[in-house]
Amino acid sequence: MLRVEEIHKSFDDFKAVNGANLTVEKGGLVAVIGPNGSGKTTLFNLITGQLKPDQGKVVFKDEDISKLPPYKICSRGIARSFQIANIFPRLTVFRNVQVSVLSQQGKSRKLFYPAGKLAVEETNSILESVGLSDKAGNTAGSLAHGDQRALEIAIALGNEPELLILDEPTAGMSPEETTATMELIKRLADSRGLTILFCEHDMEVVFNVAQSIMVMHQGLTVIQDKPDEVKNSSRVQECYLGGAEPC
Amino acid sequence: MFRDIFNLKSVGPLVVIFIILLVLPPIIPRFYTYILAVIFVTALLAMSCNMVVGHGGLFQFHHGAFYGVGAYTVALMLTKTSLPLWTGFIAGPIIAALTGLLIGAFCVRLTRLYFGMLQISLGSLIWAIAFRWYSLTGGDDGIHGIPMPPIISSQNSAYYFTLIIMVICLIILYLIFKSPFGATLQAIRDNPERCEAIGINVKRHQLIAIVIATFFAGIAGVLFVVVESSVFPDLLFWVYSLEIFIMCLLGGWFTFAGPILGAAIMISLRTFVGIYTEYWTLILGVVLILLIFFLPEGVWGFIIEKFGRQTKEAVEGGSK
Repeated sequence: MLRVEEIHKSFDDFKAVNGANLTVEKGGLVAVIGPNGSGKTTLFNLITGQLKPDQGKVVFKDEDISKLPPYKICSRGIARSFQIANIFPRLTVFRNVQVSVLSQQGKSRKLFYPAGKLAVEETNSILESVGLSDKAGNTAGSLAHGDQRALEIAIALGNEPELLILDEPTAGMSPEETTATMELIKRLADSRGLTILFCEHDMEVVFNVAQSIMVMHQGLTVIQDKPDEVKNSSRVQECYLGGAEPC
Repeated sequence: MFRDIFNLKSVGPLVVIFIILLVLPPIIPRFYTYILAVIFVTALLAMSCNMVVGHGGLFQFHHGAFYGVGAYTVALMLTKTSLPLWTGFIAGPIIAALTGLLIGAFCVRLTRLYFGMLQISLGSLIWAIAFRWYSLTGGDDGIHGIPMPPIISSQNSAYYFTLIIMVICLIILYLIFKSPFGATLQAIRDNPERCEAIGINVKRHQLIAIVIATFFAGIAGVLFVVVESSVFPDLLFWVYSLEIFIMCLLGGWFTFAGPILGAAIMISLRTFVGIYTEYWTLILGVVLILLIFFLPEGVWGFIIEKFGRQTKEAVEGGSK
């Protein structure tokens, strides 16, 4: 479904992503792991168009999307969440998700119809699935960190994506919250038939959930394989333990 | 969930205010009728500006340019052409919106402060044309004694015309504010990057907002001519645009009705403090300093917060 081919991106002299490869099959739950600063977020920004690659291709459903602006990539069926809570702080929780649903339905530019009457059911069902129904009327900026992260995912779900990309969905969470979030992700993948790509720097978190794991180190893809294979790979262990030399 | 955009409870007081404004002119001195009409015009102008400033999060630093374009268009068409009078009234807002489209198309390529700086530069070009092209615009003298159609030529009829057009415009602006377009615009204000990521063409959306806002600024410009029967280049000068911007901040730029209050306060200060001292801006400066420290959400924003309207707002936008 998604194929990233030998992609490169550098900022001035720093090579943030230096030859990354990634394959995501339809219906898969794929994790990208790697130490801090290994280029995971940059890779995601390259896939969803926030950044343009220097070299390489991003192919989604047989189309090269690496040169499209973010809003077009989204309309192709890829939605994403961000590492830092990236919400609409002055709007209500309900409105946060509704704006995204309206965009999906192509109604963002409707001028003379009360927005409060549109996309209500869809929005409420999404809020329910991430457990934010009771906070629908709250101002998003006033939510607790964990709730903001859930809202973050809810906004992405509003686009009814085929591929959902989550950038460190558990960043800054307690172990309990992390478990809950991972269960949420798994449930979403099952119930909505989503293909999910997410990244983590904590290896333990992903081994139970992911069907396929891609390991990044210093902007380079070390390996992409099933969890067990990755666990036993000597190169991965070098990266996490030794570290200094590129693998 | 609210049943309709305009429910009886919130419309009631507004209808009362509207009726009071309707019966006022024969009762109050002529000067106050005039001041009220000026407030209506300025309130509409500030509201149109706030659509892009407060709800759209754009640094619309030279909104006065479009106001002036609307005013000059109708003034020139009434004095220099023999076209039917109403064509001038239609052309004012349309030319203002086209100018908005042209300038906006350049500006939305930039962000924040750069957006504002470019707009000041481009708007000042229009000001320079109005200021220097004596044979057409009368230069710094402006155009005076513009003939109005008899039906709106008296002071009271001009007052009513201004009031009714303003109310219609405010209703339309409110509908837009509550529409999916308005909701998306506010989302863009809060977080443009995120909006791109949920499939919204941010620049296109901002440009449409600018065109709509400048259209209404053009209407305000036409109303200015109706009230004053004259135009002068100061309308397009960037200092005046800053005043409009301040009205939005003063009234409460995240609220809908704030700019009306901001305009009323500014005009009143200028009129009534201006009688005693030409340094009325000194008072304005003090007011602004107090505002920044004590009412960062503006006067109307403060009132809403104080009287618990924000919960109602939240419910309106929410699901319950």
